[in-house]
Amino acid sequence: MDRLPDRVLMKGNEAIAEAAIRAGCRHYFGYPITPQTEIAHYMAKRMKSVGGVFLQAESEVAAINMVYGAAGAGARVMTTSSSPGISLKQEGFSYIAGAELPCVVVNVARCGPGLGGILPAQGDYFQATKGGGHGDYRNAVLAPASVQELYQLTVEAFDLADRYRVLVLILADGTLGQMMEPVSHLEPKDATAAGKPWATVGTGGKRFHNTITSIYIDPERLEAHNLHLQAKYAKIARNEVRCESVGVEGAEVVVTAFGTTARIVRNVIRQAAEEGIKVGLIRPITLWPFPSEAVAAAAAHPSVKALLSVELNAGQMVEDVRLAVNGAKPVQFHGRMGGMLPTQREILERIRAIARPEGGT
Amino acid sequence: MALVYQRTCGLLDVPFHYCPGCTHGIVHKLVAEVLCELGLLDGAIGVSSVGCTYNNYEYFACDMQQAAHGRAPAVATGIKRVLPDATVFTYQGDGDLAAIGTAEIVHAAARGERITTVFVNNAIYGMTSGQMAPTTLVGQVTTTSPYGRDAATQGFPINVSEMLATLRGAVYVERVSVTSVKGIRAAKKAIRKAFLVQRKGLGFSFVEVLSTCPTNWGLSPVESLKWVDTAMQEQYPLGVFKGADLEVEP
Repeated sequence: MDRLPDRVLMKGNEAIAEAAIRAGCRHYFGYPITPQTEIAHYMAKRMKSVGGVFLQAESEVAAINMVYGAAGAGARVMTTSSSPGISLKQEGFSYIAGAELPCVVVNVARCGPGLGGILPAQGDYFQATKGGGHGDYRNAVLAPASVQELYQLTVEAFDLADRYRVLVLILADGTLGQMMEPVSHLEPKDATAAGKPWATVGTGGKRFHNTITSIYIDPERLEAHNLHLQAKYAKIARNEVRCESVGVEGAEVVVTAFGTTARIVRNVIRQAAEEGIKVGLIRPITLWPFPSEAVAAAAAHPSVKALLSVELNAGQMVEDVRLAVNGAKPVQFHGRMGGMLPTQREILERIRAIARPEGGT
Repeated sequence: MALVYQRTCGLLDVPFHYCPGCTHGIVHKLVAEVLCELGLLDGAIGVSSVGCTYNNYEYFACDMQQAAHGRAPAVATGIKRVLPDATVFTYQGDGDLAAIGTAEIVHAAARGERITTVFVNNAIYGMTSGQMAPTTLVGQVTTTSPYGRDAATQGFPINVSEMLATLRGAVYVERVSVTSVKGIRAAKKAIRKAFLVQRKGLGFSFVEVLSTCPTNWGLSPVESLKWVDTAMQEQYPLGVFKGADLEVEP
């Protein structure tokens, strides 16, 4: 593989594509949709030079089913899209979960519902973390907040997918996809796909046939299969929770925010500190499994008056925050929609209202 | 005593679940025999679809994937792009392929995917108990066209083979039936040719097999065979629509 400089300026969408290639992904299936199409452009050029496959599918539905086939054949495989396209892929998500196929999907999210708009939003949190397709299943969901983290989490997503045989969804947004930031090219830990004895690669006349399926007509077998899946999800929930926790100790207000929103909140925290208000931040890096323990621990700090969840939606992650806090402290919400971003000033006002309810200092 | 007939190595020793008089079993056997005879079984990956053949992945002795409704050609594309030397096929019915999966089959053919599709057309949805299919004949009674398919409100049957034959990526397209010994032999020849076209990397190959559904047609197995030979063949004439001149025999 040709070497890139140790540190380069990259667009978020390009970082996703390059990271996938560095993680050993040689098969990419996609369909054009704004604001993530640069990933396809990059893959179309780059896959040729690394001997991989770029295929522009006829639809999002076809693309995710190509991922199903390729993952079942043992490959490290990825598809990417944006919100309306991710909705179309939900059928495939459910089948991939049922058939336990490792793969990586990136949602460079935009605003909805419907065709909505092309600006960034986080209105896909429910879809990403609570299902979207039918049946009892989970996807591991990663939420990067910088181009560097997009790169790193994309590499790690392939390992995570292979380790648990799950779909790993990276929930980014249009801001992260379009922004340029320096990226250090960390070499992936595991560039080759792990052994996959279950894959359908041809029996070679040496073993009984392998089958990839999500159908179990016999209810006892299907319940057993579901219990197996749930045990696997429980293991992921035990082992893979990740979050960034900053300044929670002694904070008066703890803000929860992920992705792009967390970047805005970081600036607000500095501004609040200048006013003498100590604000902590919990930034979930895994949206599922959700860092409930970290949130609960933050809420338990005697100094914390309330939590404030800031999101680019009408209040989605805040439900998980409330479940974690479980009534220990008030949980407030501040959100913007339609591609609008909250200003630092409006977030600061919400923080002031919690920390200085009388308006005094 | 001389062994004159045995189960093909391409099928596992499990009972089929198909109804009496259904010709799926014959088509399965033909596909399996061809894979064995050409020495392709060990490197083959099949894709089951949704409908009566949803679990034929348990019947074929090669590696198998089960696909969502209509998506088998996309799944097969994914497999083939990972394993270009493998022999990859889909086995799909008419509801799966010609309704919900129309986009996937058309584009797999248009791309000239080096895969083979065996398309079993019995002019009805079998598994879900006899609803009108895109291939249902005008006037044909089904559970969702109880007064007979009315062209004015329910449209016309789709001749998939003729449609796919217009695409450059589809290099071999033939329609056969399995209602007689002669027909079965011709069907096997077509399936063999389709797999050889794939092995030669020429493009997409497609065999449509006119098949029976006595249960949902409300006919006896023998009457069903006759109905294929008469009413169905009138709408769906047998023949090679593309690639008649291809020489692929080794």
